[in-house]
Amino acid sequence: MTDTTPVPVRDDPGRADPAAPAIELDGVRKTYHSHGDTVAAVRGVDLSIAPGEFFSLLGPSGCGKTTTMRMIAGFEEPTAGRVRLDGRDVTGVPANKRDVNMVFQSYALFPHMSVFDNVAFGLRRKGVAKGEIKARVGDILGIVDLAGREKRRPGELSGGQQQRVALARALVNRPRALLLDEPLGALDLKLRQAMQVELKRIQREVGITFVYVTHDQGEALTMSDRIAVMNDGGVEQLGTPREIYERPATKFVAGFIGTSNLLSGEVGGVDGAQAVISYGDDGRIVVPLREDRPAAAGDRLEVTVRPEKIELLTERPDRPGSLVRATVAEVVYLGTSTSYLVTTPGGAEVTVFQQNATNADDLAARGDQVWLAWEARHSYAIGTA
Amino acid sequence: MRRLRGALAPYLLVLPGGLWLAVFFVVPMVYMASVSLMTGNIIDGFTMTWHWRNYTDGLDVYGDKLVRSLWYGGLATLACIALAYPAAYWIAFKGGRHKSTWLFLLLLPFFVSFVLRTVAWKLVLTDEGPVLGPLKGWGLLPDGFHVLDSGFAVVSGLTYNFLPFMILPIYVALERIDYRVIEAAYDLYAGRLAVFRRVVLPLSLPGVFAGVIMTFVPVSSDYVNAEVLGGPGNTMIGNVVQTEYFDNSSYALASALSFTLMAILLVGIFAYARALGTKDVLEAAGR
Repeated sequence: MTDTTPVPVRDDPGRADPAAPAIELDGVRKTYHSHGDTVAAVRGVDLSIAPGEFFSLLGPSGCGKTTTMRMIAGFEEPTAGRVRLDGRDVTGVPANKRDVNMVFQSYALFPHMSVFDNVAFGLRRKGVAKGEIKARVGDILGIVDLAGREKRRPGELSGGQQQRVALARALVNRPRALLLDEPLGALDLKLRQAMQVELKRIQREVGITFVYVTHDQGEALTMSDRIAVMNDGGVEQLGTPREIYERPATKFVAGFIGTSNLLSGEVGGVDGAQAVISYGDDGRIVVPLREDRPAAAGDRLEVTVRPEKIELLTERPDRPGSLVRATVAEVVYLGTSTSYLVTTPGGAEVTVFQQNATNADDLAARGDQVWLAWEARHSYAIGTA
Repeated sequence: MRRLRGALAPYLLVLPGGLWLAVFFVVPMVYMASVSLMTGNIIDGFTMTWHWRNYTDGLDVYGDKLVRSLWYGGLATLACIALAYPAAYWIAFKGGRHKSTWLFLLLLPFFVSFVLRTVAWKLVLTDEGPVLGPLKGWGLLPDGFHVLDSGFAVVSGLTYNFLPFMILPIYVALERIDYRVIEAAYDLYAGRLAVFRRVVLPLSLPGVFAGVIMTFVPVSSDYVNAEVLGGPGNTMIGNVVQTEYFDNSSYALASALSFTLMAILLVGIFAYARALGTKDVLEAAGR
């Protein structure tokens, strides 16, 4: 990237309450009436987003993530609950009076204005002096790597460039928080990946809180400090990308984020902080017990384990942890790794990824009997089914 | 063979329309242009004499009518914008699920003949008619007050008759605005007025440009409204052409006047396009 002057972070003395979260949602609900029915788009969301955090709302379409963001922006008013920015209650304050800016999915650039006028729009509405507008627009266009394109119209720019204009147009106002609604959705894969890195860099450079709405779990995992996984109008799980990926709280999260394997069985015994499920003949699953979900002998447990945590062996090893016998149903060569689809005696289908780093040849072929082994800490109990 | 047919296909597709225009547009235009330079009369016939005086004579005698036509045309076009913009705005943004119903209602009068509608106006606005009669009876208006036989009546009639040609293009331009662009403006601290001035209005201007062309040109050459509502003192150039052609059989003079009007309108439209940005007008025309 070119040398750029970083845009200073908003002065902290301006904050209403320095200790307050940048964004706080308190029991926020949103219901719509359509054809006589009441439909809940968002059913009671509590969130607290720290200043400078890169926070993602992740979920399938219709999960309420966009409605949640629009309530933060001020385009929708919650049916119940409060929205606070820097500790100040902004529920009922219209979008043009809220100190947050949004990057729209389709960019929503002003087609009749030059890049400069697009970016300067917010500053002009706020009555910033001409000279300062010129300097700030120049700075931000440098940061998004669009210096020299001030006079172009949005229609003359590529998708990636329009994306960066949209970003600059919002960031130039130095908002308390930047809201991004699936901003990379319209870009092709290569550009998406480049922009993910770009967005992260820009966020570090300007130090503004980012709230990022996406249905792409890869995007959320790559960029976020924390993720709220949403489903059916509520937050299923809130945590760091690693927590969400490795310890999915619910079946939905386990299924939505990456590939995950679900195995269930009856607890045979509890050994300290671990439950042992006997699985098939001579097999077992060892799973750490969660404080919030205690289980005793005789309870049924659902356990997830990620494909890359499992080791595929041709003979039963003698080691602690989970051991499950299985039959190879499918072998798919993926380049850096090989994916094995295996079936357990219980009938569950399990995906196993094995790195191709050292093993030149495939470990097993279709129809082979194999053993799956993984450490106890990689099992995660998602509920007493 | 197939490649040949492929190459010919575009021309074959254009052929019917092209022929139609050639026979019914180009030929009459050339014919009228040549008539405008002829001399003669209905009894002895007309002969081509390259008589350019037809044009200067027309301007000398009827220059004031030409100016009045453009003046009325301009007034009616402005009135159309003033009435059409709010209506189009309301339908585009507040029409909800019933947008097409509202548009249909606007077009409904068009199922009645243009002349009949204008005559109906005359019946409504006549001196002792349903509007002025009671008002005079209650003493709210002086006895001598009249609406018909005035420039005001003509401009009002023109405005009414051509209003949909202004509403439709403005509506289309407003309807095409991506609502997220408007939200983006609100998000960037714009109030309602700024959103309208900086975003909605500029984005709808191509529709206004198209509407101006679609109303100003036919309004300036209209003769029905002046004939029915205007009386003898408010004739427009369309009336003159009609009288000279059909009543006086002065084909050459009538043709010359028509071409003069056409030239003025063409020059006017191009100047207008240049002033407002060719791109926008071409875009508007292309919609």
